[in-house]
Amino acid sequence: MSEQNEKKLLEVKDLRVSFFTPAGEVKAVGGISYDLDYGEVMGVVGESGSGKSQEAYSIMGLLQSPGKVIGGSITFEGVDVLSLSKAEMTQFRGNKAAMIFQNPMTCLNPVYTIGNQLVEALKAHDKDISNEEAQKRAMEMMEMVGINNVEKRMKQYPHEFSGGMRQRVMIAMGLICHPKLLIADEPTTALDVTIQAQILELMKDLQKKTKMGIIFITHNLGVVADICDKVSVMYAGKMVEQGPVDDIFYAPAHPYTIGLLRSMPRVDAEDYERLIPIEGTPVDMLNPPEGCPFAPRCEHCMKICLKKMPPYVEVGENHRSACWLRVAEHMDKEEG
Amino acid sequence: MANEEKVLLEIKKLRKYFPVKGIKGPGVQAVQDVSLFINKGETLGLVGESGCGKTTLGRTILRLYDPTGGSISYDGKVIYENPLGEDGRPLGKATAVNMLPYRRKMQIIFQDPSASLDPRMTVGEIIGEAIDIHKLASSKADRTDMIKGLLSRVGLNTEHANRYPHEFSGGQQQRVGIARALAVKPEFIVCDEPISALDVSIQSQVVNMLEDMQAEMGLTYLFIAHDLSVVRHISDRIGVMYLGSLVELGESYELNRHPIHPYTQTLLSAVPVPDPKLSRAKQRIMLEGDIPSPMNPPSGCRFHTRCPYASERCSQETPKFKEHEPGHWAACHLLEK
Repeated sequence: MSEQNEKKLLEVKDLRVSFFTPAGEVKAVGGISYDLDYGEVMGVVGESGSGKSQEAYSIMGLLQSPGKVIGGSITFEGVDVLSLSKAEMTQFRGNKAAMIFQNPMTCLNPVYTIGNQLVEALKAHDKDISNEEAQKRAMEMMEMVGINNVEKRMKQYPHEFSGGMRQRVMIAMGLICHPKLLIADEPTTALDVTIQAQILELMKDLQKKTKMGIIFITHNLGVVADICDKVSVMYAGKMVEQGPVDDIFYAPAHPYTIGLLRSMPRVDAEDYERLIPIEGTPVDMLNPPEGCPFAPRCEHCMKICLKKMPPYVEVGENHRSACWLRVAEHMDKEEG
Repeated sequence: MANEEKVLLEIKKLRKYFPVKGIKGPGVQAVQDVSLFINKGETLGLVGESGCGKTTLGRTILRLYDPTGGSISYDGKVIYENPLGEDGRPLGKATAVNMLPYRRKMQIIFQDPSASLDPRMTVGEIIGEAIDIHKLASSKADRTDMIKGLLSRVGLNTEHANRYPHEFSGGQQQRVGIARALAVKPEFIVCDEPISALDVSIQSQVVNMLEDMQAEMGLTYLFIAHDLSVVRHISDRIGVMYLGSLVELGESYELNRHPIHPYTQTLLSAVPVPDPKLSRAKQRIMLEGDIPSPMNPPSGCRFHTRCPYASERCSQETPKFKEHEPGHWAACHLLEK
C-alpha cells in the first residue's frame, strides 16, 4: 500500500448537526461516525429528512442557517475541516472536495455559457492560469465526461443541454480541479433509467481513473448495489447500520434495513408476491421519540428501545448495527 | 382482439398533438396512434422515459385533454371518435359525449399529492366536493358519514377531515388523493405515478392499499410509472411507450422475462437491481444519446436513431403494432420475418 493510505481520506466522528428553528431544535444529524478511504465509494441511504444531505453539506461547509454543526469532528487527510477559516474553506471546496447535486439545472447559471462556467471554476482556484490553458483544460474535462463536439458545446448555454448532459457538465465542473473526494447528492434521481445507467457508468469509470473517494447519497437501493463498496443506512439523523455492500444486502442486521429490502418488489420474482411494507410514518424530527428512533415502527420493539438509543455492535467485519436485538445477541455470545 | 364482454376501455389510434405557437406543423406529437384495451378488473401498467407521452395518454383517455384523433370507447360506448385519414386530416366531424356522467366512473390519482390538493380546502371539503358535484349524498349526515368512511378506508383518522393538506406528510396526502378519487365510487382509475414522490418505506404501503381496493371494489387501473419493478409487481399487463408510440405490450412477467422490442430490452437492462451480485453480473445495453424531440420525431420507427439493430428500412417505414405471440404485441421490423 502507498504512503497515502496511512492517513484516511476522510474521518467523521460523532458529527452532530442541529437546526435552530422557531419551533424548536431539530437534530438533523445526531452523532454519526464513519471513514472513507481513497478509491472507495460509500452509499448513504435514507428517507427524506433522515439527515443524509445535511451530513454531506457540513463536510463541504455548506450548511444553511439556521443549521449548525454542534459537535463532533471531520478530518480530511489529517486536517480538521471544521476549524478552517472562510478563505481556507473556499480553497478546500473544489480543490480537495467537490459536490454534485440532484438538479443540475438549478446549479448552472442560465445566463453564462457552459465553457464560461467551467473556466470560472478553474480560475477561482488558480489565479495564474492563462485563458488558453483554462479553455484547454475545460475542453479536456468535457471530453472526459463523454460530451461530443466540445468546441461547439463550450459556447452553448445550459438550456441547450439535456438533463443527462447537464449532469455530465456538473460532474466535469466538480472534477476540474482534481478533488480527492466527490460528494454526489442524488445525482441520478432526476434522470431517466437509461440516462441514469450512463451517468453511473461514467462515475464508475472516472472513479477508477482518479482514485477519488465518493460519497453517494441516494434513496435508490438499486443504485447502491450498482456503484457502492460500502453503505451507511440513516434513519432520523442516526446511522442505524453500516457495512460492506454485500453484507447490507445479504445479511442486514437492523430491522429498518431489513424492512426496506423487504418492502421492494424482488428482482428475481418470477410471480406475484405481496409486498411487506414498513408500517407507520417517518419520524417527526421536531418531536423525535426517545430511545431508538425506529422503535415506533419496529416489529421487534422492546421496552428498552423506547428508552435508550442502542450502542453499535459489530456484527461482522466492518459491519455494525445499532439495535438492541444485536446487543442482546452479543451479550449471549459473550456469556456462552 | 379481446373478448368484447370483458373489455372496459378501448382506444384506437388515439392521437394527441399540442400545437406550438409560432411554429408551423403539427407541434408536439405527444401521443401517436396508440391502440390498446383494458379488461374489467385488470391493471395495465404503462412505462417509458419522461417525455414519452405516458401521462398525456392517461389524461387524454379521461378527456382531460381533448384528443386530436382516434377513438375512445368505455364499457362498449363510444365517448370520443374522430377518425383520421392517411394524411392525418380528420375524415369527418368529431363526436364527443358529455363527460360528466363518465367522471363518476373514471377517476385519476395524480403524481404530486401536495400540488393536486387545494391548500385552502380542508380534507373533508376536498373529498366532499366530489360527492356534491355528483349529488351522491342524500343528507348532510350521509355526506359526513361517507367522508369518514373514505378516510378510514385509506388508513387516515376520521378527525383528519378538518385538517388542511399541509398538515399531512407526503404519504398521507397521497392517501387523501386516493380517497378523493374513490369518493364517487369509480370503476376505472388512472394512477399517474402515484408513488414516485413518496419515500421507499411508504411506497409499499400505498401499493398494497391500491391492490386491496382493487380486490374489494373490482377496480380497473391504468398504472403509469417509470419504476419498472413496481409496475411489474402491480400490473397484469405492461405497455412500453417510446416517444409517443406504444412499442410493446404483454403480460407483465412474460414481458420482463422475454422483452422482444429492442427498446424494452435496453430499458430493462438499465434498471438498477437492488442486489449487488446480480448487479455486477448484469449485462447492460447502453443507449447512445438522448431521447429525440417529440416536436420533430425521427421518421419511420421512432426508436431507430438510438436502436443498436437499426437498418435502412427502420428509418423509412413505420413498423406495425402486431401480435407476435398470444397476448404479446410489439412494433418492430426485426420481428417480421
